[in-house]
Amino acid sequence: MRAMSTAPPSRIAWRAWERAEGALDAAFGPRANPLRHLGALGFLFFWTMLASGLYLYVVFEGTAAGAYRSIDALSATAAGSLARGLHRYAADGFVVVTALHLVRELLAGRFTGPRWFAWVTGVVLIWFLYASGIGGYWLVGDQLAQWSLIATAEWFDALPLFGLTAVRNFLSGGQMTDRFYALLAFLHVAIPLTLLFGMWLHIQRVTRPDVAPARALTLGTLATLVGLALVKPVTSMPPPDYGAVPAAIPVDWYLLFVHPLMEATSPAALWAIAAVVTFGLAALPWLVRARREPVATVDPLNCNGCGRCFADCPFGAVVVEPRTDGRRGPGLARVLPDLCTSCGICAGACPSSTPFRTVAELVTGIDMPQLPLAAMRGETERVLAGLEGRPRVLVFGCDRAADVGSLARADTGVVSLLCTGQLPPSFIDYVLRSGADGVLVTGCAEDGCYYRHGNTWMAQRIAGEREPHLRVSVPRERVRVVWAAAGERARLAAALDGFRRALAALPPVEPRARTRPKRKEAAIG
Amino acid sequence: MTQWPAALRYPAQAVLYVAFGAAVGYFSSYPVFQVLPPDTALVRLSFSHGAQPVAPCRERTEEELAKLAPNMRVKIVCPRERSPVKVEIEMDGAPLYAITAHPAGLKRDGAATVYRRAPVPAGRHTFKARLADGPAGEFTYAAERTVDLAPGKVLVIDFNAGKGGFLFVD
Repeated sequence: MRAMSTAPPSRIAWRAWERAEGALDAAFGPRANPLRHLGALGFLFFWTMLASGLYLYVVFEGTAAGAYRSIDALSATAAGSLARGLHRYAADGFVVVTALHLVRELLAGRFTGPRWFAWVTGVVLIWFLYASGIGGYWLVGDQLAQWSLIATAEWFDALPLFGLTAVRNFLSGGQMTDRFYALLAFLHVAIPLTLLFGMWLHIQRVTRPDVAPARALTLGTLATLVGLALVKPVTSMPPPDYGAVPAAIPVDWYLLFVHPLMEATSPAALWAIAAVVTFGLAALPWLVRARREPVATVDPLNCNGCGRCFADCPFGAVVVEPRTDGRRGPGLARVLPDLCTSCGICAGACPSSTPFRTVAELVTGIDMPQLPLAAMRGETERVLAGLEGRPRVLVFGCDRAADVGSLARADTGVVSLLCTGQLPPSFIDYVLRSGADGVLVTGCAEDGCYYRHGNTWMAQRIAGEREPHLRVSVPRERVRVVWAAAGERARLAAALDGFRRALAALPPVEPRARTRPKRKEAAIG
Repeated sequence: MTQWPAALRYPAQAVLYVAFGAAVGYFSSYPVFQVLPPDTALVRLSFSHGAQPVAPCRERTEEELAKLAPNMRVKIVCPRERSPVKVEIEMDGAPLYAITAHPAGLKRDGAATVYRRAPVPAGRHTFKARLADGPAGEFTYAAERTVDLAPGKVLVIDFNAGKGGFLFVD
């Protein structure tokens, strides 16, 4: 049997994370599970900040005398207090989901290979997130703003760049002019807009990015923010006092933790920490180099440019271009190797990927060199031939999901794929026509596909909602889909047992012809 | 993972949303950060000062002038590089700061800047400050001030040669 393409993440931390996601699935369902949609929640928090920020901007007086007064007056009104609370808590929530998002992708190992771009842009965005958040505190013009401004200036003064002492501007109120507040207000618009542009850039190399949480998750999150803004309204500290230091600062530990960290260490140490964390994270894709798997390849003789691989590729790694070889067809697929994650979903989407073909050499339009269609069919037939007893079940699994290897027994065969999405649905038909009593398809947890969309596309193909679809004539009671993450092997085994029992109650199937008429073969490709 | 029935699912969601909100709300302002220990004040030493050149200006000799292009024959020539600034602050007779600050710039012709801060016990203190900004390193500016520093108060010791030297701002 073929070796797994890449060992699935086996680290304890990732297993623990998957368990947490699984536990939240029970309460929220995969579509509304916050741990599965952290990036989308980040966008939701950003839009919340933008909407509440627009309201705040209207009433904000960007002058030295007016900044504190206008924010303080705003907080005295119900709508203003709500807007300020939403703005603050959405910013904090943004930090939380960003941190979790980073940890999740790190633990899952989703930062190597073609994913380096999203990873590196994400690391850079953290700086913009903090620049936006900390700058927002300065606009309030209270003692917290004074403390944060001085701490930030002390930090920048530690850089031996200009020999200037920026902190001198904030030791008395003399430099806190109207122009300075106008500059702060401008920066608090410009930097978040740059952050938004960066977020757009961050998702450029994925198709159908998850930028909008499910309605239930959106409503639940917004209700939480509103409740928090009402229960714990955001208030200002007293106006600045340049002759004194506040005894205690109510620090926003999500955004302003850098100031206490600098107090505990030194400005130079904080620069060192920031540099190590930033460059260390940004360099991870090259420091932890995963073995590069062969990328998809196109066979021009079997590709008619239908575009299904283009439509299904989760990373935009396939394009369809006009043909130049004189053959008929709307175009020809081309793989962009730098973007290909070697998932094989394109091969599963190709209408030429059918095991029923009777050509001498089974070649499809787009395929994976490490597990080509012919090898998949060969492995499937080899496993089927070895099955004994009833009911006979074939399990199609995924290298990244629950390990299917240990499910094999006399009446149960397993074939593990690069991704569930690599499975052309015609294989299910083929297996049932070959005498198996049932086919179980498994893969990563719902909304948790390592390759983003593999299990979703597979479910839609089986349900007849996506091309290539599973033929209508295939008895659905003999097909079962079970999504199970790598740590859910026991649940998968239990589901398989249940499927066996259900199949045992059905009449045995007799092998049928598993070839298609020649004229249909000719129509493909 | 199998989803729980609605009777269990919605209360569980509510609990988790409240937990998330509580975590966000709590750490958005708690625990408070103690900037200074109790009964402590803060002394900030901060100035930016352009010191004297490292050598006095001098007149060029006739031979030197003759070697220059006619439009470059300026009689008085001064070195660009400035002297380092030495500053010492004592509090109640004990040294608080002793700093030598070098001029900024690739040619060392900019101002020397200093910023330090130190917490000190609150109470009445006498500060003595002196500063040297010439090539000989002799202290040419000196000042003394006694101030009452209440807990949390900030004393800024600044220096401005144009305003007579040291400034104590409390």
